[in-house]
Formats: sequence, structure tokens, C-alpha cells
Amino acid sequence: MFLFTGELMMRKAFPMAVIAAALLFSESGFADTDMQALKQQLDALKRDYEHRIATLETRLLKAETKVDTQALEVKSARRSTITSNSFNPAVSVILNGRYANFDNDPDDYELPGFSLGGESGLGSQGFSLGESELAFSANIDDKFYGKATIGLHNDGGSTEVDLEEAFIQTLGLGNGLTLKAGRFFSAIGYLNEQHTHTWDFADAPLIYRGLFGDQLKNDGVQVSYIAPTEMFLQFGAEIMSGSSFPGGGEDNGIGASTVFANIGGDIGIEHSWQLGLSHWQANDIEGRTSGGHSHGGVGTDETPSFDGKSKINALDLVYKWAPNGNPSNQNFKFQFEYFDRQEDGGITMLNSGPPLEESSYDGDQQGWYAQTTYQFKPQWRVGLRYDELDSDNSGSDADVLAEAGLDNEGLKPKRFSAMLEWLPSEFSRIRLQYNRDESYEDADDQLFLQYTMSLGSHGAHKY
Amino acid sequence: MDSLRELFITRAYPILEKIMFYQSIKKMALMAALAMPFYAQSSYAQINVFACEPEWAALASSLGGDAVNVTSATTALQNPHHIQARPSLIAKMRRADLLVCTGADLEVGWLPLLLRKSANANVQPGQEGHFMAADHVSLLGKPAVLDRSLGDIHAAGNPHFHLDPSRIAQVAAALTDTLTKVDSANQAHYLSKLESFNEQWQQSMKQWKELGEPLRGKRVVVNHNNWIYLESWLGLIPAATLEPKPGIPATSAHLNRVLEKLQEQPADMLLHASYQSNKPATWLSNKTSLPIVELALSPSEGESLTVWFNKIISQLLSIN
Repeated sequence: MFLFTGELMMRKAFPMAVIAAALLFSESGFADTDMQALKQQLDALKRDYEHRIATLETRLLKAETKVDTQALEVKSARRSTITSNSFNPAVSVILNGRYANFDNDPDDYELPGFSLGGESGLGSQGFSLGESELAFSANIDDKFYGKATIGLHNDGGSTEVDLEEAFIQTLGLGNGLTLKAGRFFSAIGYLNEQHTHTWDFADAPLIYRGLFGDQLKNDGVQVSYIAPTEMFLQFGAEIMSGSSFPGGGEDNGIGASTVFANIGGDIGIEHSWQLGLSHWQANDIEGRTSGGHSHGGVGTDETPSFDGKSKINALDLVYKWAPNGNPSNQNFKFQFEYFDRQEDGGITMLNSGPPLEESSYDGDQQGWYAQTTYQFKPQWRVGLRYDELDSDNSGSDADVLAEAGLDNEGLKPKRFSAMLEWLPSEFSRIRLQYNRDESYEDADDQLFLQYTMSLGSHGAHKY
Repeated sequence: MDSLRELFITRAYPILEKIMFYQSIKKMALMAALAMPFYAQSSYAQINVFACEPEWAALASSLGGDAVNVTSATTALQNPHHIQARPSLIAKMRRADLLVCTGADLEVGWLPLLLRKSANANVQPGQEGHFMAADHVSLLGKPAVLDRSLGDIHAAGNPHFHLDPSRIAQVAAALTDTLTKVDSANQAHYLSKLESFNEQWQQSMKQWKELGEPLRGKRVVVNHNNWIYLESWLGLIPAATLEPKPGIPATSAHLNRVLEKLQEQPADMLLHASYQSNKPATWLSNKTSLPIVELALSPSEGESLTVWFNKIISQLLSIN
């Protein structure tokens, strides 16, 4: 039969041939007992063989330099290295915790001119767990990729489970097209698509808080196209149920839609940039409720509810620099986003009256932020951020708007933030952040000490 | 009649002339379009190769010649573990016919994202155009225990095997095999390229072996564990590592321990990749007067693998 030669080139060919032979025989109808006997023999052979390979390999290692270069037989046997995540989904857990100190009572927080909804707010004073995240992702087959992210957060003593993302996405549909379906973060703006744990600051920009309740996610379908050009050119559109904030109301088919375009590239080897334009629209919002001008909690309080249509236009710009294009030691990032929202409809104060307080509503809200981060040493990073909002809303009943928190009180909410991060490894981060928050008339000094750590597989981060 | 004739000459004739002129242009364009494929075949219809690291870009250029148009995602001055999935890279991946990367989780921090974002069917895992060099060689330094407390370790083994010329030769054969499948029209071209590459490569390997003889048994201190294939090829002996754990920057406590160790058992040189911070190496060198050899972990742009290996050998020899 086969002779054991110990030659390098035979290492893989031999067991393969045996297995192939075995497979061949099995197909020609061997009896079960014969098969088992053969299998056992094979296994024994394989063990013996593997043992010999191991010893050989160690010997080879010691004597590798003595390998005659002329005798180097090049052999190509395509074989896959199986890593721990090849067949199980990549699992990762993000642990998040913080200590926060606010000079003002965080429950008094408001953004004049903006009705707060969704998860927006400052969170609690003192020690608290931020959002812990559990994410699973994998290529489903050669056509699809899937990801599910479960967020766990504390809400008044009880732990709430929130399905943050659950989507499938096509892999290489061809011609630069990608389809995504399920629940995902909308491609509006720049920061919106990124998970909170990858943000550069402990809290959302004010405009994200004011318009989206921190982040816009929804159930629907996204299609995107990348042009086959030297420059990065991407176009896309989303249609969504529009049921979650800042949409709202009945799930009656398509409630909201988005279109977006991104363009980007490199300048030399050290600089890269991306510019994005996006538009979100919901034509038939019914009963979008928000916190309004809070007086210590919602509940049976009067709650503003919006009906009508809403349009958001956004511009985002990101620029990054790293010496020699090598960001692991030092890097710099500048990020700017501008949003404009126009709304037309009416506001009803639920639980008010009788008679029910109502007003027509013509919303005009803008906001922007600019931030930079600078990693000056492999494990240290600093960042600065400035936020500013402006609004000029009008309606038939100014009192109702004021109660809904939509009167700007003659203010332009502003915030200045600075942070310092220590990054012991790519899996851990400890951040100290200070905010001078002038969101409303009483300026607030805010301090956060936050840790964010990731366990398990660590997915790649977006640009 | 005369006036009619005049009308024809002055009005209709120029129009007719114009029509004929446009038709001839159309004809020429059509002929050119028909001729294009022939021209394209007579030279090479280049395929786009997206290499993750410069070593594979250099190898693909040597093996593909005129038939390939190669770009590298990283340079020798970048840490291949950590680059960002930049827009320009997505655009490049979008147009790639063949992806040539190290694999073994070296690019795990950015490649999966690029692949998904590119929406390019040709280079997705499992396709012919998805070539991972690590699938074609055996890896050293496979960790016995997988635990993140041990630092940034690679479950599949140490992925820096391009520093071993014999493994490069193995990858070359496999890559040629893939090239002939991805671009079967140029099969003969690739096979002859491989033949000349092998011939030249084996001569070089012989030379390096002779040249590198004085390096055998030299004790080296390294910054990061990315030299083990070079060490085993040239017979260098690893004396210490400046990173306390893979991927974790050197701490002063650890450096002091290394210093003590070196005082007991001196080393011959300090190896350090040019993309890494040279501060720890400089500190130790000042304390011990160990010579630092700053090596490019990958060839620079346009540099062939042979030239790059020649440089490495001569840099190492220059210490003696």
C-alpha cells in the first residue's frame, strides 16, 4: 500500500488519499461492520499519523534551516484554518458603567425648542450601569450576513431588554449593491449608524438628543449602491415603518423614508475624509409623544403629541489624520454634523382639559456639533466637542407650544465638552468627561467617569 | 428650375453632407468598439488585485506582471492589525477581482467590514477571488491557551509568516493557482511567471542562506512577537520581548525586568519594526548599548520581495 516516507510533500497528501479511498469504497456499498472496522483503522492511522507529524514538526522546526532549498517542493493544498468563530456566530458583550455628577437635578433637564423623546435625557446621578450590549453576528451563508444586538439597560430599578438591531444583509450581491432588512440604525447623518460604545463622548450630541432621542433606528429595508469609481461614492435609500421616535403612530406600512449619499477618499497617505448628505422624511406622523416641558416625570401628566409631517436634512463631514497613515500610535479626527428639521402639523396635549389643549404647529429646528479627538500616545486620547441648537417654532397657541417644550425661551442651547481616555488595549477604555451644559437657562456642570469594555469577538469599527 | 437647384445646393447639400459626416463618425466608433476586445486581448485585460499588505502586493506583481493591476491596503509603515476601513479602501475593494491577504485573523479588525461594505461578489469568503495566504502554509506560535489576558494573540498562530522565504514560495504556488482560475485567459502567462519566479527565488534563498550564516545563534531582543519566522529561518535566538504581552505597549516595570535579564545574559541586537514606536527600544538601547536594527516589516511601495529580503539580511549583518 502506501509507504510512509516522511517527506514534506507527502504530509497532507497521504491522509487525504486514505480518506478519499475510504469514501470511494463506502459508496460502492460496504457493509456497516466493514465500514466501522475501516473507520477504526483509519482513526488509528490518523492518530498515529498526527503524532508522527507533531514530532516531525518539532524536529523540522529545529532543523528548518538545514532544509535543502533545492528540494523545496511547492505544494498547494487549499486548506482552511478554523478559528473559534468560523462556525459559531461571533459573540461580543459590551460592559458599560459610569459615575456621573450633575450640579443641577438631571430630572429638570430640558432642551427649549425641542420636545424630548425616545431615550434622551441625562441618565441618573451617581453610579449607574450604562447600556450593556450583547451582540451576535455571522455570515449566514455565502449570500447573507446577519446581526442581532440586544441592549440591556436599567430603567427605574428594573432591567429593560431592548432589541437594538436585528438585521440581515446581502453579501456581494454584485454590482456594488447591498440590501439590508430588519431593524437597523438609519444611515442618516454620520454618528447615527455607530453604536453608542464606539462614540467618542459619553453622551449623544445635543442635536441627536433633540431630534432622535439619541439615535434613529427603525424597522425596514435599506438599499445602497457603491459606484465602481476611484473615489468612494455611495448612494442609498431606506423605507421604514416609521413607528419609532421621531416617527410615530400606527404601523400602517411605510411611515418614513431616507435617502443618503456619501463621498470620500484619501489625500495622500495620511489624510482621509468623508462627506455625507442625507434626508429623512415622514409624511403622516400620528401621535408622536414626547416628554415636553417636564415637571418631574410623565405618567398621567399632560403629554405633547404631534401629528403631521416632518422632514430632516443633514450634512456630515469627517476628516482623519494619522502619521504615515498608521493610526495605532497617533491619530486625529475631526467630525462635524448639521441637521435641519422642518415640521408641519398640530400639537395636542394628551390628558389635558377638558377642553383638550391643541395648537397648530410649524416647526423649524436646527443644530450642529463639531468635535475633535487626538490620540497622542498609543494608550491615551483627548477630545473636545461643541454643540449648538437653534429653533424658531410657531403655532396658533403659543401657550400649548410652550407647555410642549417647543418654545425656545429666547435661548440657543449650547454645550462644551472635553474628555480624556485611557485605552489599556483595544478591548478596554476608561473615560473622564466634563460638560459645561447650557441646554437651558440654568447652566450645568457635568462630570462623567465611564468604563467601556468588550468581551469576546471584537467586530471591526466603521470609518 | 434654377432656383430649385440653387436651393438644393445651398440648403439641402450641406445638410446631407452633415448627415454623411455623422454617419461616418458613427461607423468609425462602431468599428472601434468592435475592435476593442481584440486590442484588449492582444495586450492584457488587467485584473484588479487588492492586497492587504505590501508583501502580497509585491508577490502578486511578480507573479502577475502586466496582467494584474495591484494595490496594497497598507504600507510598510502601518500596523496591519489596526488600520481603518477608510472610504478609499471600500472603493478599491469594490473594483477588485482578487483579494490577497494574510488571513489568520491578522486583518480581523478591518477586512470583514471592508468586504461587507464593498458589496463585491468576487472577493467574498469562499469565492475564487478570496485568497488568504495563511490557508496555504503551516503557522508557528499557535497558542496553547486562548485568553485575552495574554494579550492580543492569534488563535490560528503567528500571522507574520511572510518573513520566511520558504513559506513565501509555498504561497507563490498557491497564488498562481488562484490567478489562473480568476483570470483563466492568461493561464499560460501566470504559469511561466511562476516558473521564472521560483528559479530566481531559489537562487536568492541559497544566497541568503550563505550570507546569513554569521547570524546563526545571535540573541535578539524584539519589540513585538512578529519576528518568529525570521528567527527560525536565520537561526536567531529570541532573548526577550519588550511588549509585556502581545499588542500591549511596553511598561517601565517590564522594561526593567528585561534589562535585568539582559544584564545576566546579554543579547546581540534589538529588532524593531519601523511602524512601531521606537521609544522602548531606544530606552533599552541607551541602558545596554545594544544596537537597534529597525527593519521594515514589509516591502515599501514598488519594492520587490527579493530586494526587501536583501535589505533585511544586510541590515542584520551590518551589526557585526
